Amino acid sequence: MKKSIARRLFITICLAPAMILFTVFMLYPTVNVFMMSMFKWGGLSDNRTFVGLRNFVSLFKDMNFIRALQNTILIIVLVTIITMVVAILFASILVREKIKGQNFFRIIFYIPNILSVVVISAIFSAIYDPSENGLLNALVSLFNGGHAGTTKYLGDPNLVVFALIAALIWQAIGYYMVMYMASMSTIPEHLYEAAALEGCGKVKQFFSVTIPMIWDNIRTTLTFFVISTINLSFLFVQVMTGGGPDGASETVLSYMYLQAYNRSSYGYGMAIGAVVFILSFTLSWAINRVTSRDSIEI
Amino acid sequence: MVIRMSEKHFSLYKIFIYVALITLAISIIIPVSWVFLASVKTNAEFYGNPWALPQGFNFQNFIDAFKIAQVGDFIINSALVTAMALIILLVVSLPAAYVLARFKFKGRRFFNGLMMAGLFINVNYIVVPIFLMLNGWDKALAKMGLQFFMNNRFVLALVYASTAIPFTVYLLSSYFRSLPKAYEEAAEIDGCGYFTTMVRVMFRMAKPSIITVILFNFLAFWNEYIISLTLVQTKALKTLPVGLQNLMSAQKAATNYGPMYAGLVIVMLPTLILYILVQRRLTQGMTLGGLKD
Repeated sequence: MKKSIARRLFITICLAPAMILFTVFMLYPTVNVFMMSMFKWGGLSDNRTFVGLRNFVSLFKDMNFIRALQNTILIIVLVTIITMVVAILFASILVREKIKGQNFFRIIFYIPNILSVVVISAIFSAIYDPSENGLLNALVSLFNGGHAGTTKYLGDPNLVVFALIAALIWQAIGYYMVMYMASMSTIPEHLYEAAALEGCGKVKQFFSVTIPMIWDNIRTTLTFFVISTINLSFLFVQVMTGGGPDGASETVLSYMYLQAYNRSSYGYGMAIGAVVFILSFTLSWAINRVTSRDSIEI
Repeated sequence: MVIRMSEKHFSLYKIFIYVALITLAISIIIPVSWVFLASVKTNAEFYGNPWALPQGFNFQNFIDAFKIAQVGDFIINSALVTAMALIILLVVSLPAAYVLARFKFKGRRFFNGLMMAGLFINVNYIVVPIFLMLNGWDKALAKMGLQFFMNNRFVLALVYASTAIPFTVYLLSSYFRSLPKAYEEAAEIDGCGYFTTMVRVMFRMAKPSIITVILFNFLAFWNEYIISLTLVQTKALKTLPVGLQNLMSAQKAATNYGPMYAGLVIVMLPTLILYILVQRRLTQGMTLGGLKD
């Protein structure tokens, strides 16, 4: 009897601090996002009015939000496709081929992942610098008979999203490559030997052995792509462009931050937050459904 | 004959592979080392060709970064917040992970589910609600003439630690689950209580995964930007990434780039050194925590 009380007490003491912190700083704010999305509230004053779903209605009439949503989806799609293809190809090369300096490449490719967004943004600000002293613009002079380019990569509303996408891909490739490498290195060698005996070349082996065997891993990373691209695009926009020029590079989260924090339309901002939550969950769920295959038993 | 043909084909393919690998490697090495080179350039050099190597070693940028730009304060703040957050995180997460992994009790599945759900909540979604919550608490305190929650490095560390709990508990408890039961049984026979068993036996065994957790969260906390930006407005209390971001906009206006790049080197250096020392463990640990199903 006494022992069971001690056991209970022990369990409670161990669990309570973590659960309390988690509830206060994660669960409650999350619930708050959904609750406050139905209020008209500046955030700092005391008067809030319940407006039901009216925030959501005006949201879908807000062209700035629509543009932010379009940007976000474009960024997710392009970053996911390009990063995934490149990361899988490089991972398969590094795992399957006898490459000199294999370790060296793995170490280098992962570096962008350990850098702060501020550092990455500073690097890309220097690369995209619109003057002739920008790294990219100065590089243009090599091909242009000595005339440096004057492209405003971050200042041109048509270019800025693609400039951000390039930075996001640069940052992400190494991370996903290491993930794919780990799962590829568990594929048993005899599968490749059998495929080779049947006359399959490298390309055929890649599609009929490597891809099916890491399929579950690919599905998991697709969810990661959706969630982390939504997040990172927000941070990059925040540090590099501030949503500019004239809102052209705004993403859903940066628009939420702008409304809720800078413009003090807290309720409206939280409606955006709720949409982003729902968007990322539906997208992950849909991807999971579409990519579901019978898993392969070895 | 056939073999020789395929060998020739093979070497062309190899060359193509190396070109691709080296191109990607260069696209990472050059921009990163460019920051290091830029940090020792004089201000006049920033108006010349950006690809030119620095003419000398202008260490003045680093001195200016400390003297004028308060980078020293930022480093202390970042180090303090990172250290406090890591300590809070471990003190809170280790027992929770251990209990969730090794004890059968009512509500265990609920708490496990809660942690799994927490993996999907991202800080960026909830940073404004956290800000308003803390701000509201401060308003209540202000009636008593106090201010505690905003502009407080300890509270910032507490928020960092809290947001890292789901991932950390998840990673640690999956490690605890993999340990054999015999250790606890032996400790119990030796007359150890729950607490002694946990601290003396189990935590010691979990050392490899504790180190992985520290590495990941060190990188996350040291580099963190958005929470710090939102919760700390007092300039003297800002962490390094936020301080540098302010420096970036200020220096751009004043066209004084040197100290800014010096600051960037200062923020990068600890993570790069740590990474090179422990890169193998880090990339292995990533797959450990990364494969969620």
